[in-house]
Amino acid sequence: MGNEAIGRGIVECGCAVATSYPGTPASEILEAVVAFSKEAEHRLHVEWSVNEKVAYEVALAASYTGKRAAVSMKQVGLNVASDPFMRSAYLGVKGGLLLVSADDPGPHSSQTEQDSRFFAMFAKIPVLDPSCPREAKEMVRLAFELSEAYEIPVMLRPTTRVCHARQAVPLLDVDRDGRTARFEKDPKRWCATPRFVTDLHRALTEKLARLAADPRIAPSFFPGDGTRPGTCLVGSGVAFAHAWDVLDELGVTGTVDRYQVTVPYPLPPDFVACVQGYERILVIEETYPVIEMQLTDRRIAGRVSKLVPNEGELTPEVIRQVLATFLGLAPSPPVEGRRPPGARPTLCAGCGHRAVYYAISQTFPRGIFPGDIGCYTLGMNLGAVDTVHCMGAGISQAAGFYHAYAQDGTAFPTVVATIGDSTFFHSGIPALVNAASQQARIIVVILDNGTTAMTGHQPTPQLGVTATGAPARPVSIRDLVRASGVAFLREADAYDVDAFIGLLREADRYCRGENGGVAVIIASSPCVLSGESGAAGTAHAVRVTEECSGCRECLDMFECPALVWDDATGTVGIGRAACNQCGVCLHVCPTGAIVAVAGGAG
Amino acid sequence: MRQRIVISGRGGQGVLTLTRVVAEAAALAGHEVITTETHGMAQRGGAVLSTIKVGAFHGPLIAPGEAEVGLFLHADNLPVHGHYLRPGGAVVVNGCAAPGRDAVDADRLAGLAGQRRGANLALLGYAAGKGVLFAGPDLFEETIRQTTPAKYLEGNLGAFRAGLGASR
Repeated sequence: MGNEAIGRGIVECGCAVATSYPGTPASEILEAVVAFSKEAEHRLHVEWSVNEKVAYEVALAASYTGKRAAVSMKQVGLNVASDPFMRSAYLGVKGGLLLVSADDPGPHSSQTEQDSRFFAMFAKIPVLDPSCPREAKEMVRLAFELSEAYEIPVMLRPTTRVCHARQAVPLLDVDRDGRTARFEKDPKRWCATPRFVTDLHRALTEKLARLAADPRIAPSFFPGDGTRPGTCLVGSGVAFAHAWDVLDELGVTGTVDRYQVTVPYPLPPDFVACVQGYERILVIEETYPVIEMQLTDRRIAGRVSKLVPNEGELTPEVIRQVLATFLGLAPSPPVEGRRPPGARPTLCAGCGHRAVYYAISQTFPRGIFPGDIGCYTLGMNLGAVDTVHCMGAGISQAAGFYHAYAQDGTAFPTVVATIGDSTFFHSGIPALVNAASQQARIIVVILDNGTTAMTGHQPTPQLGVTATGAPARPVSIRDLVRASGVAFLREADAYDVDAFIGLLREADRYCRGENGGVAVIIASSPCVLSGESGAAGTAHAVRVTEECSGCRECLDMFECPALVWDDATGTVGIGRAACNQCGVCLHVCPTGAIVAVAGGAG
Repeated sequence: MRQRIVISGRGGQGVLTLTRVVAEAAALAGHEVITTETHGMAQRGGAVLSTIKVGAFHGPLIAPGEAEVGLFLHADNLPVHGHYLRPGGAVVVNGCAAPGRDAVDADRLAGLAGQRRGANLALLGYAAGKGVLFAGPDLFEETIRQTTPAKYLEGNLGAFRAGLGASR
């Protein structure tokens, strides 16, 4: 897998500190670093940091000591890390600093399809754009070498189709150069006050100019046979690889000059001049026109000219249309798939989050429900998540809703924010402190499933386990909530629906009381995929009786994958293989047709 | 050798494992191979697609109308991902047979073989037995041997062989 290739490259380059916060499509990078460093017996500090900003700062300081450091994240993680990232371009680094920011054109699993290469350009640091896992691994080494040669952070920008592609890659031995940590104090640089910043900025600009002329970053040239003189294709990343396959399929690969840009920023001035010598130029890159805008040529066919769509993934079928138009070939008719009914993602059968969302929507039919980022975003299917913005936004948005409604002087709606345990650590804590100090009368439900479930079960600080599985000091969510200035705190079993509804009502009374403020409920239910399901402990086998009227309320409102519609009878049944026996659906049926099987677990 | 394969299923059906076995088999036979798969949110029960390109390809994705082979772990995915097949492409489906398509009840076969979650490998055994893939059953069986952890090996091989048996 591309992410494993990147992780392997990080270990091979003798990296001393590797940090990350999980997020699709980047999560497997750090896991690969752990696996390959154990295998190679290469000692390094590796951590799932609490968020991307922290991850970046830890890696950055490690590079100040002359050692190599790597930090990986998904593209929106770089938004969180942007503060240290922007300044690190000015101050530079000592040991090589590799930033992997994995983009998600499409997007398949992200809030935006933003292009991290633009972020690199904005920060004025070089960015490498691999087209396949093999290239991604080679680029890790180049990134460390460039970073050390120019004392600058270097970004590697893979996309989902590189991260999650699988391909054979050559393996090398681990560099063991025996570096020891040595931080040389230099306040003018490491503490740079505004007085020194202009000079640092000037030095950065000069570094970039030298780097742009480095032969190692020159684009690869694949000359055509002269059939189409004055025409060239410029591409980068996996879009270039797909364009190659499409040209093969169309039987015209050798007829056009092709340039693969491996470093989209900074572009070598020679290359820019060379491309401007062509009459017709097509630029194919994801997701924003980063190369195209640096070529500054109005004749270019691309995103600015709108030949290439400005939004969405450049899949082979999109590229096929673009190339056929550009090269004057017969267009192929578009073929569309259709989205099947009922195949949208949903929470797992027996997931404790479903129980909590069911209780929230039943208790406060007119409530406002800001949600957050994780599996539990899927609470939107259950009518208990009204907003999803970015990591940690749910609590702040809840406070914003409250303040806006409360000033009208009429009764404010109950506002219930939900946030997962990992997201709470990531950026929920400042939001909770803020809401508590501003006396926002809101309910915050922390969905504690003991893991970072959506991205593949990375440990949270509460677990007391490091990325390598070694013991660590656990940090309690309960203590953090208390220390945030929250006076109302209750803990509950997510599966006990009646008790949970009671707690929600109690919390609402507290919010509306004379001295009310933020009320927090921690709802515990281990992730059903983590192998230590709490639901199994309660073991309520259920069945559906003849009372089922076929009203579909359980399917539409509760959406458990173990509840299955039977077309033949027009009623609902239980999918035995899927059912986790959590028993929450016992509360759901309006005609009481879902009942416990006598004798408990089947 | 050039073959483009799409593997379609629902989250949790073992699409990723099946993709990996097919790709490992191609590598074992000395072919170049590149694949891609679905991760993250879409894995929570949604429709999932993997692509496998065996031979001298550069990118991992397959355009609609290009795939030579489609392995469908869920019959309901046919209208969703069926258009990736080229005219005349081979389709093998886990489910009931219908005119013009090759189907096998891979869930039942895997269950009978004692590997409840082995429908993916039963489907692979069936497809390999039907001769629609770039190699015959021996290569896939050897790949399963080499890549499966010991405690699942017997069950996985059982599921694969059950599918293979049903193809004859």
